[in-house]
This record gives sequence, C-alpha cells and structure tokens, in this order.
Amino acid sequence: MTVRTLRTTLAATVALLALAACSAPSDGEDDGGGGGDTGGDGGQDSLVVGIATEPDSLSPLLGYGKDGNSKIFDGLLRHDEDLALQPALATELPQVSDDGLTYTYTLREGVEFSDGTPFTAQDVVFTYETVLDDGTHYPYRDELDPVEAVRAEGDHSVVFELAYPYAPFAERTVLPIASAEAAGGQDVNTGPYNTEPVGTGPYVLADWTPGERISLRANPGYWGGEPTVDRLTMAIIPDDDVRATRLRSGDIDAAVLPPSLAEGFADDEGMVTYNAVSADVRAVTLPTGNPVTGDVAVRRALDLAVNRELMVEGILLGAGRPAYGPVPTTSPWFAEGSERAHDPEAARAILDEAGWTEGDGGIRAQDGQRAEFTLWYPAGDRLRQDHALAYASDAREIGIDITVESGSWEVIEERLPEDGVLYGGGNPADPDFDLYGMLHSRLAGDGWNNMAYYANPAIDDQLDLARRTADPEARGAAYDTVQRELADNPGYTFLTHIDHVYVMADRWDGVTTQPEPHDHGLGHGPWWNVESWRARA
Amino acid sequence: MTAGLPWGAMARLTGRRLLAAVPVLALVTFGMFAVAAASPFDPVRQYVGSGVGASAETLDRLRADLGADGSFAEQWWTWLRSAVGGDLGSSLSLRQPVTQVIAERLGWSVLLCTVAFVAAVLGGTVLGVAAARRPGRLLDRTVSSLGYTLQAAPPFWIALLAIWLFAIQFDLLPAGGLTDPGSDAVTAGGLLRHLILPATVLAISQLPWFVLYVRQGVLDALREDPVRGARARGLDERTVLLGHALRSGLLPVLTLIGTRIPELITGALLVETVFSWPGIASATVRAATASDFPLLAALTVLSAIAVLVGNLLADLLYGLADPRVSHDEM
Repeated sequence: MTVRTLRTTLAATVALLALAACSAPSDGEDDGGGGGDTGGDGGQDSLVVGIATEPDSLSPLLGYGKDGNSKIFDGLLRHDEDLALQPALATELPQVSDDGLTYTYTLREGVEFSDGTPFTAQDVVFTYETVLDDGTHYPYRDELDPVEAVRAEGDHSVVFELAYPYAPFAERTVLPIASAEAAGGQDVNTGPYNTEPVGTGPYVLADWTPGERISLRANPGYWGGEPTVDRLTMAIIPDDDVRATRLRSGDIDAAVLPPSLAEGFADDEGMVTYNAVSADVRAVTLPTGNPVTGDVAVRRALDLAVNRELMVEGILLGAGRPAYGPVPTTSPWFAEGSERAHDPEAARAILDEAGWTEGDGGIRAQDGQRAEFTLWYPAGDRLRQDHALAYASDAREIGIDITVESGSWEVIEERLPEDGVLYGGGNPADPDFDLYGMLHSRLAGDGWNNMAYYANPAIDDQLDLARRTADPEARGAAYDTVQRELADNPGYTFLTHIDHVYVMADRWDGVTTQPEPHDHGLGHGPWWNVESWRARA
Repeated sequence: MTAGLPWGAMARLTGRRLLAAVPVLALVTFGMFAVAAASPFDPVRQYVGSGVGASAETLDRLRADLGADGSFAEQWWTWLRSAVGGDLGSSLSLRQPVTQVIAERLGWSVLLCTVAFVAAVLGGTVLGVAAARRPGRLLDRTVSSLGYTLQAAPPFWIALLAIWLFAIQFDLLPAGGLTDPGSDAVTAGGLLRHLILPATVLAISQLPWFVLYVRQGVLDALREDPVRGARARGLDERTVLLGHALRSGLLPVLTLIGTRIPELITGALLVETVFSWPGIASATVRAATASDFPLLAALTVLSAIAVLVGNLLADLLYGLADPRVSHDEM
C-alpha cells in the first residue's frame, strides 16, 4: 500500500515537474545569443526562403516564372532592379520593324541547358508555339495574344510576327525558355517536365518534395557566371504565423510576412525588413449597370470620401501607399498631380448638386432610388475584408449605404454586373497590362477583365493609341490622359497599393527589391536576383 | 484460448470484409463524384489563380479541357472502368499523373499517422491504467483534466505551441520539414528528429480519447465480479490490474481504434500543413477546391480503405480479446 502511494506520488510529481519545466525558463540561455545565431546550417553560401504558395508546376510551358526571375530558366530578356529590360538569352534588345509588327532577337551563343544540350532558336520557337497551342493549358495566353507566328532564322536568331502593333510586346519576352529536347515528346499538361525542369538558368533543380520544399543548386556552367549563393531552398510554409515562427527559430533565413508579423522583427539585430513597392492595387469596382454606382456624381463623391491615408496606416500598418489609379504613385508612368485629397465635404456637395438628397437615417436618394449597393470580397481574404469595411464606413459618412458581403469567387462572379467587388491585382512592367484589361470597354465583363463594365470612349482611344505607338513620350502622354480621364469618371475607387513585406537575415550584400506584381512568391522578393549576391566578409 | 490464434476464423472475417468493401468503395466514389459535381467550385478559378486578366475565350477553353464531359454518373463509370484497369488518370490541378502524386506523398503521411497512432494508443493505455488504479487521486485528476483540456484544444494550436516551445525556446527540435534546410539527403537520424514534433502533436490530439476510454473501461472492470473475485482469491494487485481489469477494460478501446481513423486523417492534414510535412495534405486540399476528379477519387478511395482496414483491425482484436465473441459471427 505505502509503496503504491509513494509510486503514485512520484509519478504525479514528475508529471507536474514536466509541466512546470515547460512554462518556466523561457528567456534563459537562448535569447542571450542575439537571435539567428545558428541560421539554418549557417553558411553564407546557402539561403533558405519561406514562401506561402507552392507552384503547381515548374514548367514554363504551364506558366511557371512567366514574369521572370524563375531561377531555373532564362527569358530572352530580363528585368533589372528598376524593371528596365535587359538582354538575357538574347544578346541585345530586339530589333523592331518600323510598322511595329516584326521583332527580331539575336540569341546568345554557347549557352547550354543544364543537361548539356545547346540552347538554340529551336528552343525559343518550341516554347512559344507550345504555350500558344490550343491543347496546352497555359492560362496566360491572352498576354501573348498579339503573336501571330514565331520562326527561327538559323540557330541564333528568332523572329516574332505580330498580328497588330503592340508596343509593350518586348516586356512579355521575359517568358522562360524551355528545352525542346527535354520537354518535347510528352504530354505538356501532365508530363514529367513539370516536376523535372531543365533550363539554362543560374540554378538547377536538385530536389522537390511537394508540400515541403524546393531545393536548387547553383548551375556551375551558368553563362552569367556561377552564383555565389550555392544552395537555394524554398521552404513551403502556407501559414503566416508558422513562417514567422520558423524564421525566428533560425530554421529559415528569409520569409514573406504580413506587416503585423514583420513588426516583431523590427528590433532584431541581424534581421532586415524589406518593403517592396508594388503595383498590387486594392480597388472597388463600381459597375456601370447599377443605377447608383453607374452615376458619375456618386463615383466622384466616393472617390473623395474615401480616406486612403487612414487605410494605409490602419490596415497596412504603413506598408503601402494611397492609390489613385492602377498606376502606382511610385511608377514613372504615374500622372503627376492626379492625386485626390480626402474631402468628405466636397463629396457631399457633389451629391447635393446631383440631386442625391438626404432621406431617412441619413441615407441619400435620388428620384426614389436609394443610394445603396452591395460590395463583395472573396471569403477568407482578411486584407480585402478590412478594405471593404473601411470603405463602407467612409461611404456611410456621406450618406451612401454599402452592404459588405463575402463569398467565393464563383458566387461573386455572377453578381459583377450589379454589385461591386474588392478587386486586387497589378503588374508593374507596363501600364498597358493593367489599364487595358481594367478599363477598355471592348473587354467589359469579358472573363476576368474589366469587372466594372467601365466604358469611356476617350479612355478607349488613348489605350489603343498607346498600344500602337512605339515612342515612349507619346505613350506617356496617352497614359497621362487616361489617368486624368479616370479621375474625372472614376469607375473604380482605387484604395491602396500594398507593399510586399519581407524579413531576412542580414548576411549578404547586393540585396534589393524590384517593383512587384500582384502574384509574388518564389520569383519576387529580395531574392529576385539571388544569383548576383555576394556573401558579406 | 491458449491454443494459439484462431487463424481460420480471422481469415474468413477478412475475406468477408474484402467482399463487402467492393460495393462500399463503389458507393463512396459515386457519392464523391455527385458531391463534387454539385460543388460550386470552378476548377478554372483554382487552375489559373488570382489576379489574372484572362479573357472569356481563354477561360472557356480551359474549362472545356479541365472539366470532364457528361453527367457525373457517366464520369464516375468512365473513371471506375479505367481505375479497375489500373489507370488512375492524371491530376489536372497538380499537373502530374495521379499515381505519381500519391506515390510521392503517401508514404510520408502513412509514416506520420502510424507513429502518431501507435504512440497515442500506447500512451493512452499507460496513462489511462495509471489514472484508473487510484481514481480521484492527484495523478488521476491531473491526467483526466489534461485529457479534457487537450481534447478541446485544436491540433493547429497545439502545433504552434509545440513549435514555439521546442524550436524557439529550447532550440531542441526542428520546426518543420523533412530534412534540415539546405540539405536534401533524408537520413534516419534527421528524419527522426523532424518526425518527433509533428508525430507528437498528432498523437496528443488523439491521446485524450484513449486515455479517457481506457480509464473508464478499467474503472468499470475493477468494479466487476471477476476482478473482485480475483482480488478475493488473493491475487496480487499487478495481476488483477493488468491481467483482468485491463483486458476487459480495453474492449471499448478496440472499437475506438476503428472509429478514430477518420479523425486521425483530418488531424494529419492540419499537422502536415503546419509542419510542412510532405504528405498528401496539400494535394487533398488542392484536389477538393479544384474539383480535380481523378485525384479526388483516388484520395477518397484511400481514406475509405484506411477506415475499412481500421474497423477490420478493431474487430479482429476484439475477437481475440473477448473470448465470448466469435470472429465468425461478426
């Protein structure tokens, strides 16, 4: 009996001690070291990056790396830090014919794919013909819509024939080039090339464990010189909190984080936070077909009523800037002076003048039409939810009643002609990429283009003109006009451009960020040019 | 009873269950096709991703390519015929053959689940017996209240807590993945270190059920006549507890093993996501939201098989543990 009692007590004590041990020594030996001391396995020749989403395929033939920085592949051209085009697999920028219909690229000689086969014009033709083929599930085909034909002239020259003049075409030729030899002769949609890519890029795929990580090794035969950072690992960590925790533990060296979690690293020595500016805009569509949102007076009033600075401070914690159109204020294409100040008084005056008079409960009405509409955001998207709620509250201040609802895209899509949606997207490479799809009336309600059914003949003309014109000055003037016309009839209320926030161990030199598009992960972030980093001595 | 295991009866039970599994699996996959056909998810939306200005023409073309033709019943029949022939088709959402998707990931999931499940059953039995032998005492109260608390705690939360504690505060164990970052070779030692946290978290999420069931079962058994008789005959407490009370107290636990399998699978999906464990979790989520019929059907069949096998195992053990029950009558 006594022995048993003793044993029970002992067992209970051990259990309690274990519990106590778990809660007590939190800030003993470990924090004194200064954080990140072990840093992965320590070497400066290796970088482990935590990313949120895993690519489904590593084949450019299904869209991997189509905006550049794909690590495993090179495009004919590439973007530098300021998004200026530089030659990559081409030796120089393309020769464009006077009518703007023919683009000729001279290719770099002596380049080899990682399996040792030489890179030739045939690979370029193969890549473009495959992604344009009807049987290929390439989702970004519309971006190459102008291409009518691609042909090789000898082994080291490629000619693109366009169906119509398209000034920003060269921007699209950052598309990674696949190996015709390695990717040919298999089902492009499900074949082994999707998981065993062969490219010419600075890194080669060493191993890919889906759901865990993608491991890359420096390509010793890279034509641009072997990268100093020898091993590059992309750890796939979907949850923000877990990513921050693993960064804290030194398990990974760098990660993309929401601003609220990045703040936790602000005081850490040895960690740097990068706020990359982006063209990633959040905006509210104001459908032309809705009697309230289709009214220019309502649109202009909402445009003035919204407090963009407060959204940047409150929602983005300062990591972003007010948006007055799809073109970010940081872009060289931004129309200077088209900013609008927060001015609810002026907004009310516009509504009064247009006959929207205040009725019951402070909500305005015009000829029996209540000033109300529904605003959707995709369920689960916290950032858009916060924007939608702040927007509705700003609108309420001037007597416009917005009901905020959430749903899946499948639900939202059917309501687009009538209801607003909190839109997100953006590509900084050329204004045409965002403006044409969002604003041209020809694309109103066409797939995922122009969700606001925006129609403005003056803007249509300028958008078409800017496509046809090669002269950068003339294009700039056209986009200036577009942005000013849009300010006069804002069929979207543009809210913020969000910064993409990255936290990284401070062990390398030459680390910068590019202006980023909406989709970011593997190719964007400070590691966009990891191949040219230098380890700090 | 001492004449060895009733192999014949067990084999007959297994055979009957195998036969019964055929219509069950057919029905399960049929239901899966019906539910997936009725789901509002647009496969193209998942395939293309967000923020892309794709035209209606492109979207329609993709939709036609990605979505199978015909009613869901016809799709199911086509799938069934080729699956029986050994061809599971290709996953359109993951751009790979289904067999490749499963071959790459299933082993890791099975490893994680098996280790966690065995740990939960063993740990639950030990703690449950320890708690039941002195009901109401400190150890019992500690174990029981911990059991109820953990039962209410979501695995996701336990996982984050475990990472914070063991990866950051103590710096003892890696916080995720299968190998150390930057190294690709999966070594036995490295695998073990990376397995400890996710397996423990998964085991802990299953543990309370076993602890509480074993405790109750043993408690009940201790009050029954055979145990009281054994004590009256002067058998020592150890024999009474392990030989008599535990044996009949474990009966409800054996049934529990079968019913916990689905919970184990859903728990594993969460734990895999948190720890970047390269199992089937991410593939499952993709398959469901992208209405990826071939992949979804294969994964459904796998889960159904896991449940059926779990139930069979429970029944086999039950028949062994309880001499009153015959395998031939199940």
